[in-house]
Amino acid sequence: MKNFWKYFLFLLVILVLLGGLIPPIVENPKSFFEFPLIRGLEDKARIIFFHVPTAWLTVLAYLIAMYYGIRYLKNKNIYDDMKSVSAAALGFLFCILATLTGSVWAKFTWGSFWHWDPRETSIFILLLIYGAYFALRSALEVEEKRARLSAIYSIIAFLTTPFFIFIMPRLMIGLHPGSLEIDPVTGQVKASANPVIKFEMAANMRVVFFISLIAFTILFFWLWNLSHRILKLEYENQKEI
Amino acid sequence: MKKIYYIFYKDFSSELRMRFAINALIMFVIVAVSTILFSLGSENAPQNVYAGMFWVVVFFSAMSGLSRTFVSEEERGTSLILSLIANPISIFLGKFLFNLVLIFFINSIITMLYMFLFQEFLIKNWMSFLLAFLLGNFGIAASSTIIAAIISKANVKGTLYPVLAFPVLLPLILMLIEITKSAMEGNPINDVEAEFLVLVSYDVIMITASILVFDIIWRD
Amino acid sequence: MNKIDLIVTNLKKTFNRRLVFDGLNFEIKSGEKLIITGKNGSGKSTLMKILAGVLTESAGFFQYILNDKKVDRENIYQIVGLVSPYLVLYDEFTAFENLKLFARIRNIKMSDEEINQILKKVGLFDRRNDLVRTYSSGMKQRIKYASAILHNPLVLLLDEPTSNLDLDGKNFVDELVEDFRSDGIVLVATNESQDFKYGQNIINLDNFHNIQVK
Repeated sequence: MKNFWKYFLFLLVILVLLGGLIPPIVENPKSFFEFPLIRGLEDKARIIFFHVPTAWLTVLAYLIAMYYGIRYLKNKNIYDDMKSVSAAALGFLFCILATLTGSVWAKFTWGSFWHWDPRETSIFILLLIYGAYFALRSALEVEEKRARLSAIYSIIAFLTTPFFIFIMPRLMIGLHPGSLEIDPVTGQVKASANPVIKFEMAANMRVVFFISLIAFTILFFWLWNLSHRILKLEYENQKEI
Repeated sequence: MKKIYYIFYKDFSSELRMRFAINALIMFVIVAVSTILFSLGSENAPQNVYAGMFWVVVFFSAMSGLSRTFVSEEERGTSLILSLIANPISIFLGKFLFNLVLIFFINSIITMLYMFLFQEFLIKNWMSFLLAFLLGNFGIAASSTIIAAIISKANVKGTLYPVLAFPVLLPLILMLIEITKSAMEGNPINDVEAEFLVLVSYDVIMITASILVFDIIWRD
Repeated sequence: MNKIDLIVTNLKKTFNRRLVFDGLNFEIKSGEKLIITGKNGSGKSTLMKILAGVLTESAGFFQYILNDKKVDRENIYQIVGLVSPYLVLYDEFTAFENLKLFARIRNIKMSDEEINQILKKVGLFDRRNDLVRTYSSGMKQRIKYASAILHNPLVLLLDEPTSNLDLDGKNFVDELVEDFRSDGIVLVATNESQDFKYGQNIINLDNFHNIQVK
């Protein structure tokens, strides 16, 4: 049963695919296998099972990269830096995926690929931070220096995230749940209320959503585990020569 | 305190003698502002465009000038003697002070140029604008100094600087643009209370974090 | 009279996966002088920089103990004077300005007369108002000595002490090491056999980089 969790993950992914794509969306759901209709979203609501987990992993990967960066600063163990950089690389990948899935969703729901809504801006900034992190790493040749300075940069860049997550959506007009919008009648800025924005998930959708979240998270840790072990093997191989 | 002042004084008199940053910076500002002038031609852009473009010029001037203080130490190899005569905190604060003075000087020039060249750049609430100017310069100096310390250790310094600094400075710049817009419309300072609160917390967080991590960056 | 101890325990430095040295242990007390030698690239300069507190070690540790009190890492600069080929002074200032600035940044009160005294000692008094940029390599070596003894340090770290110096300069170094404060320590990193006279004990760094690390 060594690979039990791999089968478990396979099962979860199948469940998400079936549960996310098959149940019909109807106006008044009668059985547990029908999703309620959300006006303005219709079938497009299904992408939430794939879009939100990627965004969540982008953030989780960043936190892990920073955590291992700080650990490196404390004990100067180069393997911690490898864990940090593999988490960041995966985070970068998921960040691109979140941006793409979000942008496709936006095109069909809000009309164009990009709106500079606060959440979109935040993910874009995160993309820039990841990019800057790797640009910095490639400009540093000495391994210890690279590990040290990239860890420091991840901390400094992290300090700006509360602003993007908590403050900007409250100050700026946006389309995602929880942000401000312009009232179509009065033209005044108000807290959001329309169904696309005030998005209450039905119980059955929530089940699929959380299964998807768990599946994506397991997948992430699997990939992360593999990639930092590869780095470690490469490192040990080089050292013996 | 004295140590910090004398590190600042060293950079300052070195700058007077060598003109590492200031000449190029002033020319940069003139070039940047005239580019905007030419690109607008005789058209009148909406007022808030000027608020945005003001801080864009400030950002790029900071990016072209504020890294010199660390990069020149590292390039000339003098960082070794500096770390032999002072502790990291004084070094950071001395450099920060130097950048602060530099950015105040440069931004005052930019402000005057804007008021002189663009009729639309009209500040109605000076109180609000000056407070933002003060807090903004402080925040820009704090973030730019710590990022300059990081890139001074890297191989490609020039291009890396704006790449690393942009995400860190963006929240600050966005707030500054909002406040400047409001100041140009003549709104009372209470309207942008939240923005000011963000500015103050940004400044406090950045300077504290920089002091805490600088030691690790500085010692090779 | 002060009492200073330097304890080095299992000190290790790697540089980009290359081991510079490992398992370095020694202890040195007030009044002792130590020679550090080893082939080119054996880590003499690296060790000097680590002991001056400007470079971080990869593992192990070292500690200065002044009058039974541990010296914090950020205060090492107050008790150490370093002369090294890597040291570069501010060449847009004159020798005098350099020293004056260093004294001010170190926050030690020094009259111009005292600074001139040091410049006389290293033999640069006549050229004190020339920019360091115009100095020869030997003169640059002398100004490094001036900056290293400016604050009357307890620990003198000399990396290749006689490089670029003429006979007169070498005599100055001889005198400096000979007459160095009796409560201080001197560490000399060198490959020149005539420099071995500066210390009683010799550590050869070649013996510290064969250890395999896993």
